[in-house]
Amino acid sequence: MAVRRLAPKELQPDSFAFTAENAIWAGQQIAKYPEGRQASAVIALLWKAQEQSGGWLPEPAIRAVADLLKMPYIRVLEVATFYTMFNLEPVGKHFVQLCGTTPCMLRGAEKLKEVLKRKIGEEKHVTADGKFSWMEVECLGACCNAPMAQINNDYYEDLTPETLEKLLDDLAAGRPVKPGPQNGRRASEPEGAITTLSDPSLYDGSQLGAWRKRFEAEAAEKARAEAEAAAAAPSAAQTPEPAKPKETRPEEKASDRPEVRVAEGKAPIAQGAKDDAAPVVPDEHKPALLSKPRDEGPDDLKLIYGVGPKLAAMLNELGIYHFDQIASWNEMNLAWVDQHLGAFRGRAVRDKWIEQAKKLATGWRPASDVGEKPEE
Amino acid sequence: MLSDKDRIFTNLYGLHSPGLEAAKKRGAWDGTKFLLQQGRDWIIEEMKKSGLRGRGGAGFPTGLKWSFMPKQSDGRPHYLVVNADESEPGTCKDREIMRHDPHLLIEGCLIASFAMGAHAAYIYIRGEYIAEREALQRAVDEAYEARLIGKNNIHDYPFDLYVHHGAGAYICGEETALLESLEGKKGMPRLKPPFPANMGLYGCPTTVNNVESIAVAGTILRRGASWFASLGRPNNAGTKLFCISGHVNKPCNVEEEMGITFRELIDRHCGGIRGGWDNLLAVIPGGSSVPCVPAEQIIDCPMDFDSLRNLKSGLGTAAVIVMDKSTDIVRAIARLSYFYKHESCGQCTPCREGTGWMWRVLSRMAEGRAHKREIDMLLDVTHQVEGHTICALGDAAAWPVQGLIRHFRHEIEKRIDEYAANPHSDAVLQAAE
Repeated sequence: MAVRRLAPKELQPDSFAFTAENAIWAGQQIAKYPEGRQASAVIALLWKAQEQSGGWLPEPAIRAVADLLKMPYIRVLEVATFYTMFNLEPVGKHFVQLCGTTPCMLRGAEKLKEVLKRKIGEEKHVTADGKFSWMEVECLGACCNAPMAQINNDYYEDLTPETLEKLLDDLAAGRPVKPGPQNGRRASEPEGAITTLSDPSLYDGSQLGAWRKRFEAEAAEKARAEAEAAAAAPSAAQTPEPAKPKETRPEEKASDRPEVRVAEGKAPIAQGAKDDAAPVVPDEHKPALLSKPRDEGPDDLKLIYGVGPKLAAMLNELGIYHFDQIASWNEMNLAWVDQHLGAFRGRAVRDKWIEQAKKLATGWRPASDVGEKPEE
Repeated sequence: MLSDKDRIFTNLYGLHSPGLEAAKKRGAWDGTKFLLQQGRDWIIEEMKKSGLRGRGGAGFPTGLKWSFMPKQSDGRPHYLVVNADESEPGTCKDREIMRHDPHLLIEGCLIASFAMGAHAAYIYIRGEYIAEREALQRAVDEAYEARLIGKNNIHDYPFDLYVHHGAGAYICGEETALLESLEGKKGMPRLKPPFPANMGLYGCPTTVNNVESIAVAGTILRRGASWFASLGRPNNAGTKLFCISGHVNKPCNVEEEMGITFRELIDRHCGGIRGGWDNLLAVIPGGSSVPCVPAEQIIDCPMDFDSLRNLKSGLGTAAVIVMDKSTDIVRAIARLSYFYKHESCGQCTPCREGTGWMWRVLSRMAEGRAHKREIDMLLDVTHQVEGHTICALGDAAAWPVQGLIRHFRHEIEKRIDEYAANPHSDAVLQAAE
């Protein structure tokens, strides 16, 4: 902390009053806080008063704010002297606040300080024409764009001595300047090629609602458990349940969810509901199966999205080794295979294997070795 | 590497519009009402299960913090206060959230307030972030207009959100100082207890959370606690915004999985260390308040709370300040000491006097104008400041100095020797860059 005092008497104006527009704005600020808590608006109001007074806070403005908020003068004076963004002495029309804290210092803030000294003069000193003054401030929170300076309301980032000098010249001449990074960056992305956030599906809305599946599955599971409990209730009296939990016990642990377990290479926990629900496909729909892979060797069925090592082994066991086999099925064939997938039942249809296999049979390969998710 | 679909802040760089329509397409406000219908207890339980630790520096579990709020109001209103007073040197992540992805934050405010029975929330944004404040206010206005928040909104939960701003005081990032400031006083921390969950803003139950902690809430609830917990490592779960500044080729903000190694973080996103890995001197891994770590210890260290604590440092806000061998490390830390001297609120003597004292001694040491016994005296003073103040600013001022002496005592001694050997020359000052 440092001692901060008001400007000497001869610099202070005689009086201060908010303009009509600012008075309305002040009213809006006060309205943000509960009845009797209008003091909360003190920083906002002092800030507006500073803006109206040309970038610094004269004593009459402090009094005016205190009167408006019905606060003792000393309380508002405390606030005005405590917070370092209140300038208690006049500043230049373009008030340069150079960040000098370590992250900016490491990237060359000290060279910028020399530029400011040369172009404007000593710190906290207003140039004769009243246009500029500067001071070193503490971290302004734009460290990935260091070194930087705030000029009035705007951040100017990624500065070099040359760009700062040009910036000051432009401001002095009244030419337009562009806030933000001065080296062509947009914000705080890595300069040049961006390494992340390139997946277009994040931005086209196609992922919306996908998360609800989890809740739907949980709700279905709950409904099933309830129905089962209801069905089991009458007979429960005659046949006592074994102490061992039933195989079809609903698993609520997230780590036991089928997709999680499959991703870890484990078999999902059998869910009785699905076994009961799916219609039985007669064997007439059984597709042509092979007893062993053809001479060129089996295809990597794991390239089908949704097929992991376990499922691939299961398919091999059934006599399915090649993408073109799957590609040649019709929907009933697929359904027949699906019902022979045990705990994985439902996968073949859900993940559109025929569609995927057709693509894979052409020789196309997905970018990732888990396959490419089929479009819904 | 974290895949794009597991990133929460999909508009971190502002390449897309921050407006409501675009934010909705990116997934904000998607089924918020459905989430609220799951109930308060479910939300808090999911947040606990997700393993989210507060992103403001201390790493306190967010779900647990929410659960401290009284279940039933005793007549006093409850408040959520979002700490957007981002001032820790090196940290610039909340700024990107507020100007590029504000709707995630606003949605998070609604969810968190609902979970804690608060009908009003304040976002306390630092005074210097003027453009960010305006961007955030625009988003809040949009949300009001679309009746996503407000008295009579489509979520059937009356909720008002206000943007409040400070005026350049680092100390207001401390939660009780922030509340004082929000009440229109000097930002001087309060004694605890009573804790804000019982006596916070205007004497009412209040929870103060960091912007990032709140902004991730919606996505965590949608995708599930188990998804978030599956990223990172146990007790250090999820994704985190890293702010990498200093001597890397391409400083940037990036969202990564917790526990990514320092080497991978730098090589993948920042184009490597300036001058190559051999040129790395030290790293401050979590904002200015944590002790620096020398190169050989940090290079393959996972960036998470526990791994860095084992190095006697910390993840803090994940503001990674990288220093290469051209750095004058003593001056770099002395500059941080000046920062703490400047930002001490002056309430507790050890901090008010100690921060200035440490800065003056360190500045002399940077030139070599000191005695070697003063190094131990300095270390002793840091221990007298640490833990003897109302808030953690005293600790934060002491730790960087302790880290410097722990790892770079030889550097200070070398300077003292050099100065003693040639006492009449002007001290050679070199820019620390």
